[in-house]
Amino acid sequence: MSLGLFIFLLMVVVTIVAAVAVVTSRNLVNAAMWLMVALFGAAIAFVLLQATYIAVIQVLVYIGAIAVLIVYTIMLTRDPDEKHVPGVNKQWPIAAVLSLVLFLGLAYFYYTLPQTNVLAPTLDGDLNAISQLGALLVSPNAYVLPFELASILLLAALIGSIVVAWRK
Amino acid sequence: MADLINVIESWLFNLIVSWGASQGLAQFILQVLGSLLVVVLCFVIVIALIWVERKLAGRIQDRFGPNRAGPYGIFQSFADIIKIFTKEYVTPTGADKGLFNIAPVLAMASVLAIWAVFPFAINVIGADISVGVLYIVAIGSFGILAILMAGWSSNNRFALLGASRSVAMLISYEIPMVISLLIPVLLAKSMKLSAIIDAQRPWWFLIVTPLAALFFLISSMAEIGKAPFDLLEAESELVAGYHTEYSGMKFGMFYVAEFLHQYTVGALVTIFFLGGWTGPMAATWPILGVIYFFTKTFIVYLAISWIRLSLPRIRIDEMLDLNWKFLIPVSFLNLIMVAVADRVLMELDPARWIYVGVMFVLSMALLLMSLIVAGMTKPAVERVEFPSRAVAVSPQSDRSKS
Repeated sequence: MSLGLFIFLLMVVVTIVAAVAVVTSRNLVNAAMWLMVALFGAAIAFVLLQATYIAVIQVLVYIGAIAVLIVYTIMLTRDPDEKHVPGVNKQWPIAAVLSLVLFLGLAYFYYTLPQTNVLAPTLDGDLNAISQLGALLVSPNAYVLPFELASILLLAALIGSIVVAWRK
Repeated sequence: MADLINVIESWLFNLIVSWGASQGLAQFILQVLGSLLVVVLCFVIVIALIWVERKLAGRIQDRFGPNRAGPYGIFQSFADIIKIFTKEYVTPTGADKGLFNIAPVLAMASVLAIWAVFPFAINVIGADISVGVLYIVAIGSFGILAILMAGWSSNNRFALLGASRSVAMLISYEIPMVISLLIPVLLAKSMKLSAIIDAQRPWWFLIVTPLAALFFLISSMAEIGKAPFDLLEAESELVAGYHTEYSGMKFGMFYVAEFLHQYTVGALVTIFFLGGWTGPMAATWPILGVIYFFTKTFIVYLAISWIRLSLPRIRIDEMLDLNWKFLIPVSFLNLIMVAVADRVLMELDPARWIYVGVMFVLSMALLLMSLIVAGMTKPAVERVEFPSRAVAVSPQSDRSKS
């Protein structure tokens, strides 16, 4: 077994165990911590796919910002130990059916994909990938409109939070 | 002799291959050894630094500092290490045991992992990844997580207060820190640490963008969480902040992580603004580069110690004001200014020293202007003058007055 395969299997096991722990953990803070482990596993998957930039952004955005925000909010809002509250609500059968359908659909989609033995093309250096990404984001022929729309959305959220927090 | 580290590396590689290991396995073993070496080096540096820091603190605060164990007390750290290993681990009632035990490890790891991408010399680089700068920022966020975990899992009010202050401070000071880091990236046109150092070959970025260097230093001092930004472990208010409940080596790990973080910030300032390993003869004699790197780092470390030993702790409103009303707007302006100036000067294509001079003057002018504007605005919280009272007042007379 090669080292890459070993790391891949380790990542898969850790990510799945963590993802299951997120939904089964009865303590909200613990669930958030498990969520971070699962997200970190996803970052390792990106590293194994040689997408270093995406992997680092995954850690930076999801663990550094979103997960910390989640933990902080849980810590401050209420008693995170919810042993007296049932873990599921009345809608669990519908949710179970929907997840099963989604899983079966994904599995069907995966098996109908043309199976090829072509190796992934080697990338011409990571540095180029980043500058290509930057060029595509601001190029009028590519993604400049979504990019600008996303920044307007973020600006609106920023101004909205200031308005909400404004001292009357 | 010139290329000592790589000579040893190739010798070890050949040795392991001659024992019958495959090339890939030998490479892997060498990488593991290299990581271990860096980690051990970090710990050895910290042992020395703790003594230096305490001696320096003593000198600045007009006392002796450690002076019993060995000449000038240089064995004090070893005595402390032995003592800390013999201490009992206390887990408070109601603590979340798993998180409580992981937090110190994570705090330590988040600092050590940053060292993986440092270029120590022209050809001694751990992992020269193309997103080095982003990696440093991303790994740094694990430190915040460790503080949050420690504060919450301790089941202690002071620890939780320290942790919630850490979020208010560390996350908000990350913004000017990242924007200041963007400026070397912009000037070097790469996020690779080796490329950033190459771009500083004749002129350090400290001279090209002194303002970015200053802001990076201030905001990383806040990231370390030591005085004047030590609100998250303010001794006089929060016992010890987020690590109140920790004892023995678990406390030791937080303590060592803090020292190492300060040294790491010194290394980051060195890499981004002081030219990293560059220096006379460093390109031909890589071993000199290693010496330059650690010397520069040590000088920055001492400067940070000097600042933090001289200044009192800032209040929480001052801390927020400094960040949101000064550092963030000015660093955004600085980023825009550097980007435009760099582009315009690239078109004009003047001599390198003119380019550096113009950038320096622009940076200084922006600093001056922003300080003038900041001086004209009123602080959000008015200073209240309390009537002066005697230093020693008997309890009876004090009660009658109030």
